[in-house]
Amino acid sequence: MLLYALRRLGIGVVLAVLVTFITYLLLSTSFRDMVSTLLGPDATPDSVTGRLHDLGYDRPLVVQYGDWLAHAVRGDLGTSLFTSQAVAPAVLSHMVVTMSIVLPGLAIALILSVILGVWAASRSGAPDRIAQGISLVGHVVPALLTAIVLVVVFAVELKIFPATGYVQFGDSPVGWLRSTTLPVVVLVVAGMAAITAQVRGSMIDELGKDYVRTLRTAGLPSWSIVLKHALRNAGSPALTVTSLQFIQLFSHSVIIENVFALPGFGSFAFTSAQSIDVPVIMGVTIVSVVLVTVVNLIADIVNGYLNPKARLH
Amino acid sequence: MTTLIPDPADQQISSVPRRSVWRQLLRDPQAIMTGVIIVLLSLFGLLSPLISPHDPNGASLDAINASPGTAGYLLGGDESGRDILSQLFYSLQTSVVSAVIGAGVALAVGVIAGLVGGYFGNAVRSGTEWLFSLILTFPGLITLIVLLPLTHGDYRWTMLVLGVLLSPGTYRIVRNLVLGVKKELYIDAARVSGLSDIRILGRHVLYAVRGPIIVNTAFLMGTAIASQSGLAFLGVGAKDVPSFGLMIHSGFNNIDAAPLQFVWPCVALGVYTGCMVLFGNSLRDAFSGPRPKRQKPAQGLRLAATAAPTSAVVDGERVDEPMLAVEDLGISFPGSTGPREVVKGVSLTVDPGEVVGLVGESGSGKTQTAFAVLGVLAPEARVTRGSVRIEGRELVGLSESELRSLRGRVVSYIPQEPMSNLDPSFTVGAQLTERVRRTLKVSRQEARQTVLDLLARVEIPDPQRVFSSYPHQISGGMAQRVLIAGAVASRPRLLIADEPTTALDVTVQAEILDLLRGLQKEFGMAILLVTHNFGVVADICDRIAVMQGGEIVETGTTREVFHTPKHPYTRGLLDAILDESAPDGDSARTIGAAR
Repeated sequence: MLLYALRRLGIGVVLAVLVTFITYLLLSTSFRDMVSTLLGPDATPDSVTGRLHDLGYDRPLVVQYGDWLAHAVRGDLGTSLFTSQAVAPAVLSHMVVTMSIVLPGLAIALILSVILGVWAASRSGAPDRIAQGISLVGHVVPALLTAIVLVVVFAVELKIFPATGYVQFGDSPVGWLRSTTLPVVVLVVAGMAAITAQVRGSMIDELGKDYVRTLRTAGLPSWSIVLKHALRNAGSPALTVTSLQFIQLFSHSVIIENVFALPGFGSFAFTSAQSIDVPVIMGVTIVSVVLVTVVNLIADIVNGYLNPKARLH
Repeated sequence: MTTLIPDPADQQISSVPRRSVWRQLLRDPQAIMTGVIIVLLSLFGLLSPLISPHDPNGASLDAINASPGTAGYLLGGDESGRDILSQLFYSLQTSVVSAVIGAGVALAVGVIAGLVGGYFGNAVRSGTEWLFSLILTFPGLITLIVLLPLTHGDYRWTMLVLGVLLSPGTYRIVRNLVLGVKKELYIDAARVSGLSDIRILGRHVLYAVRGPIIVNTAFLMGTAIASQSGLAFLGVGAKDVPSFGLMIHSGFNNIDAAPLQFVWPCVALGVYTGCMVLFGNSLRDAFSGPRPKRQKPAQGLRLAATAAPTSAVVDGERVDEPMLAVEDLGISFPGSTGPREVVKGVSLTVDPGEVVGLVGESGSGKTQTAFAVLGVLAPEARVTRGSVRIEGRELVGLSESELRSLRGRVVSYIPQEPMSNLDPSFTVGAQLTERVRRTLKVSRQEARQTVLDLLARVEIPDPQRVFSSYPHQISGGMAQRVLIAGAVASRPRLLIADEPTTALDVTVQAEILDLLRGLQKEFGMAILLVTHNFGVVADICDRIAVMQGGEIVETGTTREVFHTPKHPYTRGLLDAILDESAPDGDSARTIGAAR
């Protein structure tokens, strides 16, 4: 099991390095643009070249990337070219805002999906139609629209929740909760679509299998057959979908936090990309990639726990 | 043989011909409605330069926040005096282009890599697997934003990158389908006939995988449109390219002055992407054939609505009742022309301590009869008539929880296929221990010891090791011993064994029969042995009931039936013993087919 986890970790690290390297390669085509923006209207081709040299952006790309990576693994992501701010703390503080809606959103979506999916699979009839209906709404309505409808109804018209703005948890936990409730609801609706459908589908498959019939003949109670045996076997595919949904919700949150004017990762990434602030862009990239990798790793490890065969490869 | 009725969904997914897909779509109102809306909106988008009353970016002072219905501005103007209707048309055009680029790239990359990864060997596949793990590691929309310096905000480049990011889904679909198709015979046949790899891929495989790909395309297009709008809403992209996202953004900011402005693009975006998803769902239904109505999961023994009252309603226990009495039992499954009876009035009895063989070919209804005794018929099966009594207690009409009090304790079951009947996620020990604790109400420690003793009793050489093994770590013969141990754990008085040796090697078969015989003597159990194999019957049974086409055609002691078979079908089956050395050992089926 430990070996399995280490191998998964190794694969994750290789993938993360590759993604950041590819991003760096792609960005390298914009280095001149970046420096011209930096120098402003007075920039001449010569001054741009000189500045590129000063900043070290004229070295071979592999050397530049290696240099960046060597600092990055020590937690040093450099400073912004435009604001001279340290990149790492800035990236992380925006990430905290985004994660404070993504993680609760994913967790609630997962819990509700499992309850609804299991209920639908073991009962059919009305629960099944409810599960399929919720799943359909989440698929059909883009998250952007859900967000806007919620703002208009609950914030603009009913004034139950604040329309926009973010309150730090430390400043006021209640204010934080109020400022994150609507965005979390949007992500829950978006996340439930895929996870509910998957849990329902694999539970229906499992409950039709031979071993379930044999467990019934053994006199085991239904709750044990459904919640212990079938759910554990249905857990593997559901988990894969959940880890893919994490990336989905992370993506959605970038747009949704904009609707609610939360100072999250999306607007921060957008500002840095607009000004071609390479150190910040790379910081945004590696933090996102590490996040994705960690989530995949967690999913792999939980999967290894759920599914004894997964540990083999 | 686990069920008599093949699952209709299984057969049709791969075999729906193209014409019937069209017919199915044309009969589905959801498909027609969403299809028409998609075509209309796409046409509006493509023809936007011709049908738009104004330049979408042309601002006019008169039209600033003009209300809907203003002359020349059907839906009014926005905050900078642009015509909302014209912007909607041009936004549709942007959406169409986004959908084509996004879905096109995702399909091109996903299909090609899926074909290559699925068709060629493991080395090539591990390469494509790595590639798509890599693509999946890119953090979605963040990637599109981060690459803004590269795309310069041109949404077409952004959609191209999005297409690559969306390709893993398509890749997986195609790879899995190709792996499946590759196993099928016609590819082998094509190989033998000397077609090159490229032509095999193009002609056979691509044809087989087209359905899921078409369905996937509808979803990809919806995703591309929603993503483009989301990014435009965020401000990623040129300000002069009309887009629903931009319109929603400006309408949303202007909600106090003109509360309707954000509604138009929201509705248009919602309807357009929603129709794509719904159309995709209809396509999927059309390709997979009509889905059977889901049944309430199996609970108890359910009577058909038309069932006659059971012939013998017994209250309380009767002293003179046999261990098991089945009387005039009928079981039906839903067919294409109404319910079809697969068990037609079966009667048989098993006395305490007696071993009765229920013999017949595949599809004769013997397994369904056995399932009825255990109360585990498939959800769609119905008892149409008759009675099943265990020690005088009527089972027909009992609820799942009433049946549960009998299962394991009074009646127990050994299945045919050992591997699929063990839960793959729990160790053998955990499964057996749960069972023993449940039926014998003992402590965890006692249960563990009981299980280890049982494993030793069923002649497993290393009980400790098997106890802590997962099912995939033990052999089929070992797994069958485990299932037997579980079945006899609580000393049931009646054991239902459904082809307990069929899935095993010949040498293991004999050992398992010896074991069953020994356990039967030791515990004094009655056994109902379901089999197609007269050799097994001769080995172990006191009496025989021969089944054909859902009916019992002959009963008698083993000696009687073997020496003076009365029914021609029985004689046919008996003659087949001589062919027991046939490769599949399933001689009854051969005879049945030849008759």
